[in-house]
Amino acid sequence: MPIVIQGLTHTYMQGSPFQATAVHEVSLTVGDGEFLGLIGHTGSGKSTLIQHLNGLLKPTAGRVLVDGADVFAKDTDRRAIRRKVGLVFQYPEHQLFEETVAKDIAFGPKNLGLEDNEVDRRVRAACGAVRIDYDSLANRSIYELSGGQMRRVAIAGVLAMEPEVLVLDEPAAGLDPRGRADILYMIQELHAQRAITVIMVSHSMEDVARMVNRIVVMSQGRVVMDGLPAEIFARGEELRGMGLDVPEAVRLADELRAKGFDIPPEACQMEEVRDAILAQIGGAGRC
Amino acid sequence: MPEQFEHMVAAQNVTFSYQETAQPALSDVSLAIQPGEFVAVLGHNGSGKSSLAKLCNALHLPTSGTVTVCGMDTQDEAQLWNIRQHAGMVFQNPDNQLVSTIVEEDVAFGLENLGTPQPEIRPKVDEALRAVSMYEYRASAPHMLSGGQKQRVAIAGVLAMAPRVMILDEATAMLDPSGRREVLATMGRLHKERGITVIWITHSMSEAATAQRVVVLNEGKLALTGTPREVFRQVEQLRALGLDVPPMTEMAHALRQRGLELSDDILTVKEMVEELCRLSSRA
Repeated sequence: MPIVIQGLTHTYMQGSPFQATAVHEVSLTVGDGEFLGLIGHTGSGKSTLIQHLNGLLKPTAGRVLVDGADVFAKDTDRRAIRRKVGLVFQYPEHQLFEETVAKDIAFGPKNLGLEDNEVDRRVRAACGAVRIDYDSLANRSIYELSGGQMRRVAIAGVLAMEPEVLVLDEPAAGLDPRGRADILYMIQELHAQRAITVIMVSHSMEDVARMVNRIVVMSQGRVVMDGLPAEIFARGEELRGMGLDVPEAVRLADELRAKGFDIPPEACQMEEVRDAILAQIGGAGRC
Repeated sequence: MPEQFEHMVAAQNVTFSYQETAQPALSDVSLAIQPGEFVAVLGHNGSGKSSLAKLCNALHLPTSGTVTVCGMDTQDEAQLWNIRQHAGMVFQNPDNQLVSTIVEEDVAFGLENLGTPQPEIRPKVDEALRAVSMYEYRASAPHMLSGGQKQRVAIAGVLAMAPRVMILDEATAMLDPSGRREVLATMGRLHKERGITVIWITHSMSEAATAQRVVVLNEGKLALTGTPREVFRQVEQLRALGLDVPPMTEMAHALRQRGLELSDDILTVKEMVEELCRLSSRA
């Protein structure tokens, strides 16, 4: 179910003194099963862009096609699109509102008008996917959970809609290292096991380097880079100019190359750089 | 307030519980922070970091034990405002701590509450905004600023009250990389130029690596303390505590495990490059 964005522009409060264009003429195609990382400094237009993917925001110009259907055409069933494209906002745990974990996760599927046993099946499956133990936690109040658990319950609420595309806006922000690792591992598993398409907005270059197949960089409302992680992180100076950075592994690889080490250009993860160093060291003196 | 005091902040055998029956958030913690120190506090969620922060300016009072700030006991109600003025807090979410609709009014808020005479407020606000490089934004609305800019305004609001120690509780957690750099650099400068004591609570190991001392909390107890090098070389213990190490420390650990004779206290890319050059030229 590809997502095709064509010439999308979004202007907030058009015609008012506060008019501001957040996204300028963005065109982008995300294919089935891709894991795409969307990076850019605060205010670069990432969050505005992703809210178009399931029709929460309407483009000022251009269009978005989900599985060939124009999201904003008159005859398009936008409810159906919101089922296919699940959107997880920043700090999604702030949107939990039901009395119990199970009720909160069931809210979406219930609204679809599904039978009770189907709702129950989906709630249990979603709990399993986010590693929330259904038996011990289903009837707990959400306020009895840790921050990381609340985050996972919020994501389960989206997964219970059984989306084909999952869009996450900084899913690990504000969590401690273990909470981050758990959430990110869970997202990788979802992508690998269910073959769903994942679009992840992130501020962590380390996470993006490790997880995604493709990176799209936004700056001032435009897509300024689009490519493989190694291609993007080879442009460190430009990234820093946009308020971004490269992972430390890439900085290390760059500086070692400058000293004459032979580190392959595609190495941008810790393990790749580590193995390149191990293959090198012991050779003739260079420095 | 005493003229002379030994520690900027001192916790002695501090236990703190939110409810009498509950597991204490901190148990029997003793910690002394020297004037002019920059201390990073690490620990997973629920390890007691935020409780410790709030004990430092009397937002919490110890269930047992004592906390002193500039020699003043936080249990001494007569000193409460003195303590709060000398120990300023900056919290995680910039949107929850800015109260006014204009930047300079926000910075003046604390001073007004302290009853500072009007003619003294203006120069103090201007000076604090300049110190965090936000003077040009003095007439802006906080909600129009970036996350890093909002946090710097929050820092200015504390700074205007001339604190001796500033406690930042995950103040960069909600910011993007450039916002994080802005806020860390601002505090680094205030520490260096004004000798302000900084207690920097964070989940970021790279930020902690820039501190003079690192304190690690686990289950309400002090687990590790030392210079960043001393603490981060204990890679396995930190992992067991649910923490990471800075990326280059992790790289060094992995390379050592595979037989390279690298030093065990590498923190930065520069140090790693130097070590690898040394090894490869010797070979």
